[in-house]
Amino acid sequence: MSKKNKQVEEKPYRKPLIKRRKPNRSIAGDVFLFLFLLIVAFIMAFPIIFAVSNALKPLDELFRFPPRIFAQHPTTDNFSDLFVTMGKSWVTFSRYLFNTVFITAVGTAGHLLVASMGAFVLAKYEFPGGPTFFKIITVAMMFTGYVTAIPNYLILNKLGWIDTYWSIVIPAFASPMGLFLMKQFMEGLPTSLIEAAKIDGANEWRVFSGIVMPNVKPAWMTLIIFSVQGLWNNKAATYIYSEEKKTLVYALQQIQGGGIARTGQAAAVLVVVMVVPIFIFIFSESQILETMASSGLKD
Amino acid sequence: MKEYLQKYVALRKHNAQVAWKKAKIAKNCYLFLAPYAILFTMFFVFPVVASIYYSFTYYNILEPPRFIGLSNYISLILEDDIFLTGVKNTFMIAVITGPLGYIMSFLFAWLINELPRWIRSVAVIVFYAPSIAGNCYVIFSVFFRGDAYGHMNALLINWGIIDAPILWLINPQWMLPICMVVILWMSLGTGFLSFVAGLQGVDKSQFEAGYMDGIKNRWQELWYITLPNMKPMLMFGAVMSITQAFGVCDVTMALCGYPSTDYAARTIVTHLFDYGYSRFEMGYACAIATILFLMMILCNKAIQSLLRRVGT
Repeated sequence: MSKKNKQVEEKPYRKPLIKRRKPNRSIAGDVFLFLFLLIVAFIMAFPIIFAVSNALKPLDELFRFPPRIFAQHPTTDNFSDLFVTMGKSWVTFSRYLFNTVFITAVGTAGHLLVASMGAFVLAKYEFPGGPTFFKIITVAMMFTGYVTAIPNYLILNKLGWIDTYWSIVIPAFASPMGLFLMKQFMEGLPTSLIEAAKIDGANEWRVFSGIVMPNVKPAWMTLIIFSVQGLWNNKAATYIYSEEKKTLVYALQQIQGGGIARTGQAAAVLVVVMVVPIFIFIFSESQILETMASSGLKD
Repeated sequence: MKEYLQKYVALRKHNAQVAWKKAKIAKNCYLFLAPYAILFTMFFVFPVVASIYYSFTYYNILEPPRFIGLSNYISLILEDDIFLTGVKNTFMIAVITGPLGYIMSFLFAWLINELPRWIRSVAVIVFYAPSIAGNCYVIFSVFFRGDAYGHMNALLINWGIIDAPILWLINPQWMLPICMVVILWMSLGTGFLSFVAGLQGVDKSQFEAGYMDGIKNRWQELWYITLPNMKPMLMFGAVMSITQAFGVCDVTMALCGYPSTDYAARTIVTHLFDYGYSRFEMGYACAIATILFLMMILCNKAIQSLLRRVGT
């Protein structure tokens, strides 16, 4: 009697200690791979961490033997020294900064507009020559800019753009990478959206500026990032000769090349130059990844 | 035969007419494409053609180009030992860092993909940062400095492995390996981002179907589900890494000097700089550029046809 009534004790549900996210993974393998990843991540980050800590070292620590990785007495002397040197240079710091900002801003804006316009029709319209043109663009991604450097110089020379900002800015408009990414991303937009706008009486320009562009904001960011990275790091040494038109990176690297006496400042320069692209990337990572998801090269 | 030809011509004519009509309807498309197309032709297509043309001439900017046939190529391949060193170095670098960097990009993207969301985004930054960190690779010249102040030497001397400092960046024996390490460090670039993004986009239901069908471990999953889904990104990544691998010059120039000892770290691109910007032998430099161009395109085509077979 009692046996029959004895209730089966219900086990309270307990969360498993380690949750297996996927049924076919061994936990040991997971742990091993993540440890491996951690070590590699450290190796990857080490030179950058070292560069930053180098910039914070006072001069005596920079030449210390045996060398240490982290600064014992971090200072910002190197950075203030750098600004003193920049302030004393023949062309002022603000002028270099203006040059870089101008080149980067105009180049990026133009690239965004020109490449998006091209990408829009290549992605959403069928017209003779379109696919062929796109194929040529993908081929253009297969070789580096060095191949075309010399003829480019001759062309810019013919146009009279050598030693002006345009020698950097205008070629940057035509970067194949930006158009490629933009086109691949735009292909993901539903065509019905464009057709609906057309039925409502919008012309191509209206469709482009009012419907398509606001819907591809992640791709904008990606184009902007890649373009800014390229232009920010552009030394422009071969195309621009006048000192007052040189870019910031060029000026900074001149200081870097100043030998032993400028070791501290050189370390600071390294940090100043790398901080900008990395920060821009940190703030726009999710948008870039969203764009890159459609970056595949179909054949 | 004649009939066949006639038919062929008629068909072609018809096709052209259709295309012309289509083009007329789509004239706005051409208007949209025009700004980009003009700039692209001016700065990418035309320079390649011009480079091929100049490669058959003697041109030093001051005098007009003079046609000299193939002699630029002949002296490049038969007489210019330094160029051959450059080719050898470039190939060494490309063959080792290209595939390794590519595999690393994919491997880390794949491992990162399993991490929880916020760790993943931090990891992407950590792995991607070296390739966008300006000229941060200069820091390696501090690690590998030739005297005892260099970290590598200091470490090895302290451990008693060596007793005299090694001239890492001056001794031809060590130059290339060190450059390769640095290039590998920087190799997680645009292709890596493409992989990370592509892996997130793989349809989850395919993995679930995979569990049902008895996929036992992560490696099987990788080969049968992930890789076939990633094919377009793999293609894109391959293009990126080949382009990078053949265009090496910044790293070798910054670390080993320009020119480097015994030209041991010379690459094709540094040779191009040498003749183009130091000696102003534009015709010769264009011949180098043309060879580089052909190498890149051929290599890309070969790798693409190879990749097409992945996972099938």
